[in-house]
Amino acid sequence: MTTNPFDADRPPERTRRGKGQRRSDQNGGGRRRDESLMVPDVSFDSYYGRHIVKPAPWGKEIAAYLFLGGVAAGSALLAAGGRALGYPALRRVGRVAAIGAAALGGGALAKDLGKPSRALNMMRTVKLTSPMSVGSWILTAFSGFSSLALASEVTQAVTERSHGGATRSGGSALARVVRILEVVDGPATAGAALFAPPLAAYTAVLLADTATPTWHESYRELPFVFVSSANLAAAGLALVAVPTAQNGPARKLAALSALTETLAFERMQEKLGPVLSAPLRTGKSGRLLRASKALTIAGAVGSVALGRSRVGAAVSGIALMAGSVCLRLGVFEAGMVSAIDPKYTVEPQRQRLAARRAAGVVDDSITTAR
Amino acid sequence: MGFWRNQLSGPTNPAADAAWDRHEARKGFFTDTSICIGCKACEVACKEWNGVPEDGLDLLNQSYDNTGALGASTWRHVAFVEQTSDRIEQARESGRRLVALGMPTVRGADQLTPAETPPAAAAPGPTDPAIPDMRWLMASDVCKHCTHAACLDVCPTGALFRTEFGTVVVQDDVCNGCGYCVAACPFGVIERRRGDEGHESTGQSHGISIKGAPSGWSHQNPPSYAASNGEVKNVGIAQKCTLCYDRLGAGQTPACAQACPTTSIKFGDLDEMRATARARVAELHDLGFSEARLYGVDDNDGVGGTGSTFLLLDEPEIYGLPPDPRVTTADLPDMFRKAGYAGLAMLGLAAASFVGRRR
Repeated sequence: MTTNPFDADRPPERTRRGKGQRRSDQNGGGRRRDESLMVPDVSFDSYYGRHIVKPAPWGKEIAAYLFLGGVAAGSALLAAGGRALGYPALRRVGRVAAIGAAALGGGALAKDLGKPSRALNMMRTVKLTSPMSVGSWILTAFSGFSSLALASEVTQAVTERSHGGATRSGGSALARVVRILEVVDGPATAGAALFAPPLAAYTAVLLADTATPTWHESYRELPFVFVSSANLAAAGLALVAVPTAQNGPARKLAALSALTETLAFERMQEKLGPVLSAPLRTGKSGRLLRASKALTIAGAVGSVALGRSRVGAAVSGIALMAGSVCLRLGVFEAGMVSAIDPKYTVEPQRQRLAARRAAGVVDDSITTAR
Repeated sequence: MGFWRNQLSGPTNPAADAAWDRHEARKGFFTDTSICIGCKACEVACKEWNGVPEDGLDLLNQSYDNTGALGASTWRHVAFVEQTSDRIEQARESGRRLVALGMPTVRGADQLTPAETPPAAAAPGPTDPAIPDMRWLMASDVCKHCTHAACLDVCPTGALFRTEFGTVVVQDDVCNGCGYCVAACPFGVIERRRGDEGHESTGQSHGISIKGAPSGWSHQNPPSYAASNGEVKNVGIAQKCTLCYDRLGAGQTPACAQACPTTSIKFGDLDEMRATARARVAELHDLGFSEARLYGVDDNDGVGGTGSTFLLLDEPEIYGLPPDPRVTTADLPDMFRKAGYAGLAMLGLAAASFVGRRR
């Protein structure tokens, strides 16, 4: 930046021609403009507008996993309830969805790695300080139980089709497998249901345990938003795939979870404050989250009001799943925005530092006079 | 409980916590930016010694800084800031306020005895040097080797580890490139290397353009020739400064400190570095340069103190450093607790939806 004594005497900026449109096409992106215009009009300082914390190098696969993991977890719970209380269609759909979504999600996670060939290094250690390590083990356990439950489901279907007796009572290896699976059916269902809530909730910790400002500061409410979204996605899938005679629990789950999610999300925005919640309200992430809210509420109302008609249930279910997808993408994107713009790193940090100093705490700053 | 209390935050000895039975003094840098001349010898020496590949040759429109930021292939980064007199006055003023906050009541081990306490430099005395029309801030940034390193805490594979010198190093043959450390670092130091292998070959989707730069200029340097030809090692692997672990093991000085022609980068035992830093800032305050301040010498800060300390001449964010970094895992117990409640809530919702008459 150059200075000379005449800088202060510059004539006022000429108002631009036209309706104040940018002239980027004429002057090479406005590079020739007066230098004073290039001073950024912001209340904080940064190093050439560069981000301080780095955004997670994660692609849309991770956002997809957030959704798929939710579908898997919610479906396992619906399957367990369906098994216990006699909703066979709900049980069947839930079991297929649980392991299907978990497998797809696991694939998405592996694909996003910088070295996918080393995906199994996740199993090298158990590390409680790493939500990703904890989550890998949760996903592994969940997938194990869910695949057992699915295997049992498949053999049940096969033996029913072949009119029971013949396959079951024989002394063949197949018959032995069928009998074993009958015994493990209960424990497998219970195991999957036990690992379902951690599977749905840990992804919130995964995002929150970063330096990404909006993710980290939402750590108190984000788990509640994510488990509700998991329930909604699973309920949506069940509404699409389960006959209306058996979709009662899915409809109730949709209504209850939509309420929980809306409340938790509102509280999260409020707690984040005006600066850190801005990425949740504005831009692409804001649009996604508004769409999510509309879809979720429409889907929940639809499932309660129209859930007894096949078409109404299916449409509501699709809306609920779309709402969950939008929520995950929106939260994911909002975090990226908050990491890339240094404003979200500097302003809250300056505020909390100033607040501590105002309260008389002067010994915990990284910047010291001596 | 004494041991566990300081495992996620607060002052502690990281090498001892990592169960090293070999006792080495904790090593660190002191980067005195007041005598940095911006020659970038540290950047070059680091690349040469560590075999760090080239990461794009671009003019970034940021004074003499065409490196951009610390990253997978930039382990030392020299920042350049040009400031006019009003900014210098602001920096001096913020420095005076910092001095006026008074001597921190140090809770940790490295307490200054009264004899060591430098004389107060709060009052702008008659010795205040005149404020020049402009100045250049040059600062060589590097990994902080935090006492509580978020990158290390969140690494799911154990690829990152704490060395006997208290530093943090990536094992490139273990890392699977999950990228968690990248998001966790409060200083934005560690990064996954882009290149031919993996899906990152097309560069980052989240780059934003630089203010005042022609459209199309991106935060992320485009992949270099070597990167696009698959000649780069450790593509897809998280990379950062190792504080020259290989040289330390042989009793050598890290390459950057060895190459620094002005001794702006000093290397040694961390205690010694902090004492040097305190002596230097006191000297500058005595000369009236109240804008001088230290960054990273306090063990009570959000990351439990850093292994790399800096003497800065303005607010940290001017140099691209966070003003109040906090290791994210300090809140982890609370995060898991909240997630536990949320999990119970999920079970409750599912159970409630099976209650009532069948419809």
